[in-house]
Amino acid sequence: MSLFNKNTQAIFWNNNKTAIQRMLDYDYTIKRETPSVAAIVAPTSGNKFEKFFWGADEIMVPLYKSTAEAKAAQPQADVLLNFASFRTAYDVTMEALNIGGFSSIMITAEGIPERLARGMNAFAREKNVTVIGPATVGAIVPGAFKIANIGGTIDNIINSKLHRPGSCGLVTRSGGLFNELSNIISINADGIAEGVAIGGDRFVGSVFIDNLLRMENNPNVKYMILLGEVGGTEEYKVIEAVKSGKIKKPIIAWCIGTIAKYYDSGVQFGHAGASANAETETAEYKNKAMAEAGIHVPASFNDLPEVINGVYKELHAEGIIKDIAEPALNVVPKVRRSKQFICTISDDRGDEATYAGFPISSVATPDTGKGIGDVISLLWFKKQYPQWATQFIETVLKTVADHGPAVSGAHNAKVTARAGKSVVESLVTGLLTIGPRFGGAIDGAAKYFKYADDNNLDPKAFLNYMKKEGVPIPGIGHRIKSLKNPDLRVEGLKKFAKEYFPATPLLDYALTVEQLTTSKKENLILNVDGTIGILMVDMWRALGYSEDEINEFIESGTLNAFFIVGRSIGFIGHVLDEKRLAMPMYRHPMDDILYDVQEAEKF
Amino acid sequence: MAQKAIREFDAKSILAKHWNKYFPDFTYAYETVLVQNGSELKEAAKTHKWLSEKPLVAKPDMLFGKRGKNDLVLFRDTKPGDVSLEKAASWIDAKSSSKQKVYFSFDGDTPTGEASVDMLTHFIVEPFTPHTQDEEYYISATCVGDDDVLYMSAEGGMEVEEGWDEKVTEVTFKITDTEEEIEAKIRANIPADVAQKDKEAFAKFAVGFFKAYRDLNFAYLEINPFVLQGNKVELLDMVAKLDDTAGFMMVDEWGDVEYPTAFGMESKSPEVEAIEAADAKTGASLKLTLLKPEARIWTMVAGGGASVVYADTIADFAGIEDLANYGEYSGGPTTGETKFYAETILDLMTREKDPQGRDKIMIIGGAIANFTDVAKTFTGIIQAFENYADKMKEVGVKIYVRRGGPNYEKGLKDIKEAADRLGLYIEVYGPETHVTDIVRMALEEK
Repeated sequence: MSLFNKNTQAIFWNNNKTAIQRMLDYDYTIKRETPSVAAIVAPTSGNKFEKFFWGADEIMVPLYKSTAEAKAAQPQADVLLNFASFRTAYDVTMEALNIGGFSSIMITAEGIPERLARGMNAFAREKNVTVIGPATVGAIVPGAFKIANIGGTIDNIINSKLHRPGSCGLVTRSGGLFNELSNIISINADGIAEGVAIGGDRFVGSVFIDNLLRMENNPNVKYMILLGEVGGTEEYKVIEAVKSGKIKKPIIAWCIGTIAKYYDSGVQFGHAGASANAETETAEYKNKAMAEAGIHVPASFNDLPEVINGVYKELHAEGIIKDIAEPALNVVPKVRRSKQFICTISDDRGDEATYAGFPISSVATPDTGKGIGDVISLLWFKKQYPQWATQFIETVLKTVADHGPAVSGAHNAKVTARAGKSVVESLVTGLLTIGPRFGGAIDGAAKYFKYADDNNLDPKAFLNYMKKEGVPIPGIGHRIKSLKNPDLRVEGLKKFAKEYFPATPLLDYALTVEQLTTSKKENLILNVDGTIGILMVDMWRALGYSEDEINEFIESGTLNAFFIVGRSIGFIGHVLDEKRLAMPMYRHPMDDILYDVQEAEKF
Repeated sequence: MAQKAIREFDAKSILAKHWNKYFPDFTYAYETVLVQNGSELKEAAKTHKWLSEKPLVAKPDMLFGKRGKNDLVLFRDTKPGDVSLEKAASWIDAKSSSKQKVYFSFDGDTPTGEASVDMLTHFIVEPFTPHTQDEEYYISATCVGDDDVLYMSAEGGMEVEEGWDEKVTEVTFKITDTEEEIEAKIRANIPADVAQKDKEAFAKFAVGFFKAYRDLNFAYLEINPFVLQGNKVELLDMVAKLDDTAGFMMVDEWGDVEYPTAFGMESKSPEVEAIEAADAKTGASLKLTLLKPEARIWTMVAGGGASVVYADTIADFAGIEDLANYGEYSGGPTTGETKFYAETILDLMTREKDPQGRDKIMIIGGAIANFTDVAKTFTGIIQAFENYADKMKEVGVKIYVRRGGPNYEKGLKDIKEAADRLGLYIEVYGPETHVTDIVRMALEEK
């Protein structure tokens, strides 16, 4: 089993744009179908996505506030790239291990407290999760998946043949030398099949032997290269595995830090993990022991290329390593321009413009069976709503289209039209009247009734709550209508919902509130605005939207939008009416104004 | 480096600070002071009454052991337990006035190996504690492999060190062991030789000790010996290391703790201290160790791994006699940080000419960087060249560069141009040249 494959996706903890862009450039270069980063966790960001280049184009990678949210939204992403600082990297890892569903976690921070690192690594082992790091640049399976910055720039990746699988399994401690070795291997052999930089801290999650054993079982790996360091005894586990026959593939190995023997332990060479506490931990001793076990050990680091070339040639001559056909690659453009605007609802670039992927002609004519409700569901919600929902939307639009000339919006539109203004000017005058007092009851009803229902307030508690808020309950009350003399528009909406909605929990709740309010005053009924707002929530619930998403619809003014579209029909009617009647300029009668003007006082 | 040795005084202070949490059944007087000379000790006596009231013990507190065998523990004037404040102060002044020889290992009472010679600068002074040999116990804890190990013995002091295998009980703990498991394991393994009357107290003390070691992020903690007298504990001698990576979580727990240089190690030069200070302030890594400042080969290598490979290769080709420093910069330092780092090294290497009249060699090496912008870091080095070009020419410096990674072409071109413009000898190589080959090239040229 390889560590990653071409479908592997990661959740990237921290919006590290350069590193993520490098991953996506790699994906594009090797022609991955999906981006290797499925989600970004950015706890302090208010944004919902981050734009990245995908070749010359751009794609959006969603942002989430927490690992839990990201994992719930992107369950297929089973790699966590933990780019948190040394202060928080431990908590992020532990949280991810508790959430579950990750097969590997890479940790980049250097200097996590040792005791925390040990606990974290032990917990990961218990959960059977491969930890790469801490203090690492990551890992790569060429041609499939690359973590963050490993391999460096795209130019270097291609120079070092990290864009397609070779036959070497590479394990190093150091990240810089990982890159260097990839380069050496590409010059002296055919590149690598899988590579891991295990990290420089004293306590790292997966150690040499873990990675080498996995590579032993990975048929793409034909031989392994291990670059160890002075300090620690991990190389001896490898020696044991070779001696016991657990590892049969050839290994080339070298421990750096042979210089350390000249100095006392006060000099720290290289990484935190690199300090010999005993003779057996010196680089020299380990190199000797590995050579004795049959591992290919060069005379010095300078001779490593030669040894690699020798082993490669041998395996190639034996037919174990075959020649590799170089794959075609995409070329990442040198100059790219970030786009100013994003559009996710319609597209006019093709033969015919589309609404959320549907050509206009496929929804426009009557024979398509589609109505304006379908068009709204595509353009507003990017979804194909079922018929009961689109018909409900249309019912709403029809219901709110007009409420006579006396309401303030229509009145304003009429006055403007009579001042000689155009249709659009008159229309917007009417529309600008729409707000918290005019038409806003739909939004308000949805918001407050949903709040009451979400918080399990019984009708009495809800009324008390609204009293404390100091607002009359939106969507309750009518000028003349009462339970005995019901508003037939409301009755129609309720009937439709009862018949076609899968369920109407919020309406049911609202009716219990209505029971209480009408017992106080007859005309405190659920009015048409209230019914629409409440049923919209029920519609979205039945369609499977989360409560958060519905709250967002309410907050972004989506409910108001239904009123705006519907009522525009009525306003335009009134404006055209004025034009048709050629009514003169309107002047309000003075006797209809109470004049009470006092002379201004001096200070 | 993660594990750092601290003074005995600081180790005791940390334990004393958390005493009631870990050792609620015991009392510890925490009568101890750290002083640098006799007058400081007399000054301390004004606030620490016991210094003038009790007989004293004084010894250096500078990270080395075997102080008794080195005759560096003052506990007698004419007879054991009669050391006065006056005597302790004059002894400290005498011992700190000239360099002292200290042996770190002994065969019996005979020193083995070379003595280290250095000034004694820090002394710990405590009351003399009369006790019997059988009240002395040993305890220590550290991390071995992936596990913690607790070592306990019924015998403290020299005895345990000289008869380690027979006298010490080892208990191993997984990092995941719970408090209950830890307590059970310790109780099941109390050394058989612990006096029956002390067994329960020993167990309680050992459990508290191990928890303190764990919770307070010690990397090593040893008390040898501690004295149990009923519920009264004396910590006669302590050795401790902290995991300094835990420092950010332990600000309050550790208090004001210092990481001194070991006795006999040359104290850090101001240059090294300046680099350490810069390193502490940046997310990048800047490290410098001076090995032999008069030597002629200086390295300025990027990357923790690559820097070791360069050092190895220099040792292979030239031996360590010619290697002046070890160090590395990595993790994407800024131009300013790189400039500071480069200037520090250039300043050190241009102070003296090579005694044999040879050119000095500056190795600016590095592997193929993953994310460090090579041109940006080289800009810092070029700025340093500009300030030190005259000095470099006066001493004679040949520069060898090898580097790859993001923007390396520009970096290499810029540094070559700058050196040529400044009249400095330079050879520049990219990733096509084997990483350490410039060492060979530099040393082959005579």
